Amino acid sequence: MTIVIEIPAFMSVIYPCIKKTIKMPIKSYLAHPHHGKKMELYQTLSALSKCEVIPAENKDLLILVTDTDSSSEEDRLQEKLQAIDSMKLLAMVSGFNTTKN
Amino acid sequence: MYTSTLTNRRSFIKKMAVLSAMTAAATMFPGIMFADEQERNLPKSGNLDWKKAPCRFCGVGCGVLVGVEKGKAVAVKGDPKSTVNKGLCCVKGYHSVMAMYGKDRLKHPLVKKNGKYVKTSMKEALDLIASKMQETIKDYGKNAVSIYGSGQWTIPDGYVASKLFKGCIGTNNVEANARLCMASAVTGFLTSFGSDEPMGCYEDIDHADVFVLWGNNMAEMHPVLFSRLLDQRLKRGVKIIDFATRTTRTSMAADKSILFKPNTDLAVANAICYEIIRNGWVNTSFVEKHCSLSKGLTNMGYGLEDKYSFKDKPEKIDFEAYKKFLEDYTPEKVEKIAGVSAKDIKYMASYYGDPNTKVMSLWCMGMNQHTRGTWINNLVYNIHLLTGKISTPGNSPFSLTGQPSACGTVREVGTLTHKLPHGVVMNKAHREHAAKIWDVPVENIDPKPSLHTVEMFRALDRGDLRFMWIQVTNPMVTMPKLKRYRDATKKEGRFIVVSDIYPTPTTDIADVILPSAMWIEREGMYGNSERRTQYFEQMVQPPGEAMSDTWQLIEVARRMGFEKQFAYKEETHIEEIYNEYRRHHEGKKHGMAPLEVLKSQPGAMWPYVDGKSTQWRFNSTYDPACSNGEDFHFYGKPDGKAVIWQRPYEPAPEEPDAEFDFWLCTGRVVEHWHSGSMTRRIPVLHRAMPEGYVELHPADAKRMQIRTGDLVKLTTRRGSMKIPAAVNQRGVPVKGQVFVPFFDENILINDLTLDAFCPISKQPDYKKCAVKVEKA
Repeated sequence: MTIVIEIPAFMSVIYPCIKKTIKMPIKSYLAHPHHGKKMELYQTLSALSKCEVIPAENKDLLILVTDTDSSSEEDRLQEKLQAIDSMKLLAMVSGFNTTKN
Repeated sequence: MYTSTLTNRRSFIKKMAVLSAMTAAATMFPGIMFADEQERNLPKSGNLDWKKAPCRFCGVGCGVLVGVEKGKAVAVKGDPKSTVNKGLCCVKGYHSVMAMYGKDRLKHPLVKKNGKYVKTSMKEALDLIASKMQETIKDYGKNAVSIYGSGQWTIPDGYVASKLFKGCIGTNNVEANARLCMASAVTGFLTSFGSDEPMGCYEDIDHADVFVLWGNNMAEMHPVLFSRLLDQRLKRGVKIIDFATRTTRTSMAADKSILFKPNTDLAVANAICYEIIRNGWVNTSFVEKHCSLSKGLTNMGYGLEDKYSFKDKPEKIDFEAYKKFLEDYTPEKVEKIAGVSAKDIKYMASYYGDPNTKVMSLWCMGMNQHTRGTWINNLVYNIHLLTGKISTPGNSPFSLTGQPSACGTVREVGTLTHKLPHGVVMNKAHREHAAKIWDVPVENIDPKPSLHTVEMFRALDRGDLRFMWIQVTNPMVTMPKLKRYRDATKKEGRFIVVSDIYPTPTTDIADVILPSAMWIEREGMYGNSERRTQYFEQMVQPPGEAMSDTWQLIEVARRMGFEKQFAYKEETHIEEIYNEYRRHHEGKKHGMAPLEVLKSQPGAMWPYVDGKSTQWRFNSTYDPACSNGEDFHFYGKPDGKAVIWQRPYEPAPEEPDAEFDFWLCTGRVVEHWHSGSMTRRIPVLHRAMPEGYVELHPADAKRMQIRTGDLVKLTTRRGSMKIPAAVNQRGVPVKGQVFVPFFDENILINDLTLDAFCPISKQPDYKKCAVKVEKA
């Protein structure tokens, strides 16, 4: 059975231990830029492999979807995401357990 | 396994991920827009059939959508239409359907024969229960039988239990585990306002400027509501103050964390009131028009002895007498009692006192599991009443509930010894009202309350009680001073029936185990913390012979000769029961929404009047029951006024001493639901939090050379046990205190706790007793 696991935004504050234990190859996030840095954040995220970025048209918010092939690739991507200066908050919204076609 | 009909499943899943993010974004930023090409071609729901329900777990009452495929619940998501959670959900909620599919699910009745459980038919098991109950009544009288239910009972479960025991059998031996979690909230409401349950609602969160959390680890216990607080902080810069005895994830996320010594919240609340009066922050016109002042008896004891009884004697006082009383609670004096700086007390008082700041106080077990639980509820209401910050959007003292229907079933249906669906057994008119609807002679309903929960288990030990039916709860993990009550169940001449979905330490002591249908395997309703009643349909079939608790009770009632009162049709019994139940609450003060309304939307809040939910009670702008021509009407009291109570600080019954030199506090963790019988069967939650532990303050741990993982021996006057240590892990208790969660049935921490309770609410205190701590 595959359960759709959606963890609400802001829960990264509340569930650090859960994040470590669930393997979720496809994840979606809400990315909050620092003031005036939306375009810079969009460009930085778009340049990363395994990332798709969808900017909101009328709010300072971007949707980020990541699709990694392995735990090690996921860990490397997480390190890159955490090093982005233009990002104020990255809140995970959903994670999907799935297999490759 | 769920598979989409699309050929490229991974692409489909990615689109689902985008859809989830857009839904969450739309919840948090109404009106947010994304480019049309991004929103096009997003999947709607795959081939799942999504149906709405309230979440199975905590008292927040999140609306969830359950995805059903081929007769099996396979997915969960937050219901964007629910005003409770606005599409969000917590980690337990998202995994809730997995709780139905554990490998060791009970599917058939088991009857203990010659010391061994033997599989039997449901008919035979129900016959046995009915005959044993009749035999017990014949041999020992009607007060020798009892039922112990739960805040996880659905409304129909609790209703038929009350009708059978109180209306038909004629005993008030009806209790529920909600006595252990919110009885002090009930007596707090009744003594201050004369009417149970919060006057406000969750929408207060969207209006308040400051949130004061009184001993409430909301980040773990009510995570979705806490995420709404954090959301408001991002949007509006609201302040969150965590006032507690332990540093938790809530403290870490709060703007300010203030720690106090156990039980001294009473003194701090009085000091805040002192400051409000001293600084001239009293809303004088509100207090003069809408409040009266009273004091009650003090030095009440702690209920430690069998057959303890207490009745308060309220006495009216004037404002000057109250002011004089508070002189013992200056911030400087309270600093010495509570360990909270006078500066921090004044800091909290300043927010309550500022007329331009809207304040919401939130609490749960910290204030309720307290030997002066009724008092501390009264004192927090005092703060809101003195400042007039009550019953208006954003100004809200709000008692959160732990279980999905502690409000709906236990408080509203009235599955406590003194209660009826409308009113109390002591009131003749209330008995007549219930008897008429139940179609029983009014003489059947005993006018005297009998056994509250702790006393019920004590009576089982003494032999006053001979038969107990336990449904949807696990008292052999959760009762305080557990060993006494576990031993009681093993005594000769006791007959215990347990209805549950998995084997637990409580099914271990049963003579008959009935397999129950869980949550969406049957039809029902829950009522949450904000007076919201929510309906769920049966979505999947229960396994084997598992049967709803409602129908189990109906079957036994019929076998006992009460066919007339329980003549419900199997296919429509939930609707019939709910419609009958609504008759108890008819009127503007507690009217319940019709079933068709509950079916069509994510719940409705009572009082439901003229097709509308009431969001803020006692405020004439919102509440049609207000009839005094004023802005506010506290109509639960005969004079229409809320009561400001003079209640002192008193110490806990057992405080650290030379031999037992630490405080022991127990509680919950975010991953597990109460005693863990469901969530420990969900692999991801079990892996995240596999076993219990004892938290120590790092300085205490260093002094005793204890590191995380070391075994620690805890000893109280009730017993001792060894538990692995956790230092600087999930939470950090104050120096001289240890904390142990109770979810792990292999670490029965309640063997060590004390069965002292609040004399008014009869709710035990699981947060404070004295313990000796040693490295094992």
